Amino acid sequence: MIERAEPDASGTKDLLTVDNVTLQYKTPQHLVTATYKVGFSVQAGERYVILGPSGCGKSTLLKAIGGFMTPVIGTIRLNGSLVTEPGPDRMMVFQEFEQLMPWKTVLQNVEFPMRATHKFGRTEARERAIAMIDRVKLGKFRNVYPHMLSGGMKMRVALARALALEPSVLLMDEPFAALDALTRREMQEELLGLWEQFRFTVLFVTHSIEEAILVGSRILVLSPHPGRVRAELDASRFRFDQIDSTEFGALSKRIHGLLFAADSRAA
Amino acid sequence: MTTPGVSIGAPCQLPDFEQEPVDASDIGEVERSLSIGEKLANNDAIRRLAVLIVLGAVWELYARFVDNPLILPTLGATLTTFFHDIASGVLIDRVATSLRSLMLGYLAGLLLAGVLTTIAVSTRLGSDVLSTLTAMFNPVPAIALLPLALIWFGLGMPSLVFVIVHSVLWAVALNTLTGFRSVPDTLRMSGRNYGLRGVRYVALVLIPAAFPSILAGLKIGWAFAWRTLIAAELVFGVSSRSGGLGWYIFEARSELETDRVFAGLLAVILIGLIVEAVIFRFIERQTVQRWGMQR
Repeated sequence: MIERAEPDASGTKDLLTVDNVTLQYKTPQHLVTATYKVGFSVQAGERYVILGPSGCGKSTLLKAIGGFMTPVIGTIRLNGSLVTEPGPDRMMVFQEFEQLMPWKTVLQNVEFPMRATHKFGRTEARERAIAMIDRVKLGKFRNVYPHMLSGGMKMRVALARALALEPSVLLMDEPFAALDALTRREMQEELLGLWEQFRFTVLFVTHSIEEAILVGSRILVLSPHPGRVRAELDASRFRFDQIDSTEFGALSKRIHGLLFAADSRAA
Repeated sequence: MTTPGVSIGAPCQLPDFEQEPVDASDIGEVERSLSIGEKLANNDAIRRLAVLIVLGAVWELYARFVDNPLILPTLGATLTTFFHDIASGVLIDRVATSLRSLMLGYLAGLLLAGVLTTIAVSTRLGSDVLSTLTAMFNPVPAIALLPLALIWFGLGMPSLVFVIVHSVLWAVALNTLTGFRSVPDTLRMSGRNYGLRGVRYVALVLIPAAFPSILAGLKIGWAFAWRTLIAAELVFGVSSRSGGLGWYIFEARSELETDRVFAGLLAVILIGLIVEAVIFRFIERQTVQRWGMQR
């Protein structure tokens, strides 16, 4: 049943392919088209950022990749097989702090997906959870319930929980948008540090141009509502210390132009 | 209109400065423990005990003033009868009978509520059915169904269980459904993200996430059931030779033993208090409060 994707001409195999995807959802009054004919592909180990103004359907797109929505037209494939339902190979990290289970301690929260999916045994899950919690510097808070943690700490737990399961791709839906500016920067650095270590594939949705350039290795720019592909840009050369460089500023300005031009044209 | 040398938005310019934070070691005691009196006054149990003692004293004094044991026996007389009947086993027997029907009805009610809400969360029709049924039957006092119960099940335990089930079912079902509906989307999505479905999804995600509401439902259901039971026993304990607590009170009234009536009421209150203040409080502290889902 599983169709395998052919390796493309360059020889690199796409991990995730989003092909010509149109997404629609119903509100009580309207049928809303969130994205229209969006296509892109992500390779293993990439930090792929989807950037767009609010309401461009980027979160909806991520939900569809997560398997929570089915495209009206088009297909989403992970490792060549069609995405039809949610699954632990695509771990999601949300913006809301409610994503942690308040009735479980930090350790239990990180352990739970590993046990619930039967991917790891009891002792292995425990060891992996402890190691990952130490890695995100929450070792002291292992047996604490989430309501006693700060926003940034909760986000670290969510990140640890997702990474401990070793998903094929990590889906992050504006994960740091609810954090204060300082914590946000700290978390961006943390995410990059984790990526340096584990080289996971991450799909990252944001509406901040700066965050997109810092976090992403490639950036997909979407137009305002309904979301359509506007550009795909390389941003792998930027690090935190280059934030004041002219090159950084130029790319930032260019993306701003892409978003802004689309905006004024729509108006 | 800006004067040269003064930047826009600053009426006058002050020099920048940097400094080390002042030494904070001379602040003295950072934390001081409260005096014993303050600690006692902060203890809920002690404050409530004080209220109870005052109430008891008022009762005792007023009963002595009235001096008519047929209308109002003293606290002392009530307690004497109470402990006497506990020692002789009569009261314990009655309470045990009552609690047996109560547990049976309560558990059956919970089971039914669980089945109904599971159907209600999984289908829209089920949710409509439950909402309509709850709206219809929730306002019906359980005791009003007693005549019907007597026709269907006759005198005895089955009728009692029937009215208790009625009083528990709707309160618990309504609260559980409300709880399920208020589970945040993010939590639902992360649950489904791990591939949880069906019963595992309900048991591992929905029920714990909705636990504050479910617990509230359990408490309301318990209170309804206890009241209903005592009232129902008052009506038809007559038949069964081994009546419950309600029958104990009724019997005492017909023999004009007012102190025994009071002793029965005291037992009703005590059991209510123990379940509410000990059992449910314990569950609350171990769960929703520890999880920070309730203050």
